[in-house]
Amino acid sequence: MIRGWTAIYFREMLILRRRLYRLIATWSVSPLLYLIAFGYAMGKNITVREHTYIEFLIPGLAAMTSMTQSFAIGSEINISRFYWHIFEEFQTAPVTNVAYVMGEVLAGMTRALLAGTVILVIGAFFGIILSYNILFWSAFLLNSLVFSSLAVGLAMLVRSHADQAMMTSFIITPMSFLGGTFFPLEYLPAWAQKALVLLPFTHAAGAIRASSFGMMPAAGDYLVLSGLGILTFVFAVATVNRARD
Amino acid sequence: MIRTERLEKNYGRVTALKGIDLEVERGELFAFLGPNGAGKTTTIRILTGLTRMTAGRVTLNGYDIEKQTLAAKKEFGLVSQYINLDSELTLYENLYVHCRLHHMPRGSIGPRIDSLLNHVELEEKRDTTAGELSGGMKRRAMIARALLHSPGILFLDEPTVGLDPGIRRRVWALVKKIQLDGVMIFLTTHYLEEAELLAGRVAFIDRGKIVALDSPRNLIKTVGNWAVEEIKGERMQTLYFDSRHQAKRYAAGRENGFAVRRVNLEDVFLKMTGRKVQ
Repeated sequence: MIRGWTAIYFREMLILRRRLYRLIATWSVSPLLYLIAFGYAMGKNITVREHTYIEFLIPGLAAMTSMTQSFAIGSEINISRFYWHIFEEFQTAPVTNVAYVMGEVLAGMTRALLAGTVILVIGAFFGIILSYNILFWSAFLLNSLVFSSLAVGLAMLVRSHADQAMMTSFIITPMSFLGGTFFPLEYLPAWAQKALVLLPFTHAAGAIRASSFGMMPAAGDYLVLSGLGILTFVFAVATVNRARD
Repeated sequence: MIRTERLEKNYGRVTALKGIDLEVERGELFAFLGPNGAGKTTTIRILTGLTRMTAGRVTLNGYDIEKQTLAAKKEFGLVSQYINLDSELTLYENLYVHCRLHHMPRGSIGPRIDSLLNHVELEEKRDTTAGELSGGMKRRAMIARALLHSPGILFLDEPTVGLDPGIRRRVWALVKKIQLDGVMIFLTTHYLEEAELLAGRVAFIDRGKIVALDSPRNLIKTVGNWAVEEIKGERMQTLYFDSRHQAKRYAAGRENGFAVRRVNLEDVFLKMTGRKVQ
């Protein structure tokens, strides 16, 4: 049933390897600017939950990266589908939909993992080394699973690359800014906090930040992310046939 | 063997295919011809599982493309009308990924790739990125890729579109060589001389229906053997004759510009539909 996923994953890794230096440079730019502008300059004298703002910001940026970079696999799929027509090569191969989605989702997660590591390394250059333990990486990977699967599913449904860009604007950007990357949710009104709990990213940011501060994250965050990971993966598998004319 | 039964495809209110019945035998080189928009690519996309059919049935070597999809997909290779190589990967890497997609044993992949690169005369380009290859090389690379898993059926969708005449002839020679190796070839093209030269049988599709199906020779015979093209006012008129002698005798009495030539598949299509293929 999953035979062939390695071929899909292997192809994505070959492309990733070829672009690695360019990608590392790209992954470094935004976090570096956020850290300089918000963490180092603006947040110099701000303390959040007994941590400096830059310490507060780094796990938030790691969470955001796990979301944005895993979701970016959707753009890669669309480029190969609409511009290069390489998707046809997968569609005509004896590979199941589950195997295809598994290969692409794992590629998205790998991409997120590498980009997240870049942020932690940049943080270390700013003198910030937090607790990157197994709870941190579990939440990071679960969040990547959710957004990578969501991206694959949406990539099968959209009819053009412009639609994919619209998804990013409507799904990823709001979550990046409202899910707890840059400020604690308790700064928002109670009704907004309740609404934001419905977003997967809020749970990821909460768990990643708590574990990086050496605290015990809420088990509920992991349950929500695991449940959503399974749901979005199933959604992605169910949409593959929709990419046929 | 390829078999289609009452194949239909609708895109909303537009009917692209109106009941296509076809049987193509093992080892045959079959050309599927027609003007742009006639339904050639839709047919090939349905045969390869890329497009859902609205009604009908397709079997490839006995496997139903909708119900036994994975088994059916092992039976064919496809050379798309688009260049769909990964331009950032080397030629070898492109072919390697294909082998992995088709579950080939890892030990057999290297020798198989080398053998096919040799077959299409691209062994020296093994480590060149696909983006750096010329148009003709990319086409040959795609043909090699489609053959890697040793399919019994090869679909070629407009394999020579956009190629120089010289390179096109090189691709033709390669296609003929592949057929001689026992592979059934299903070719779509709107270059009729290509079909005339290569195919054992051709089918003309027009507005979603097959309007003729036979060997090129038999189809041409239905029109005549020789044609006289004559300019009449602002129109070109074509008349058909059984012998060259008859054609020349008719032409001898003409004062305006005319040409005597052999009848070709374009004439067959024109006679049947009143329209030209290109």
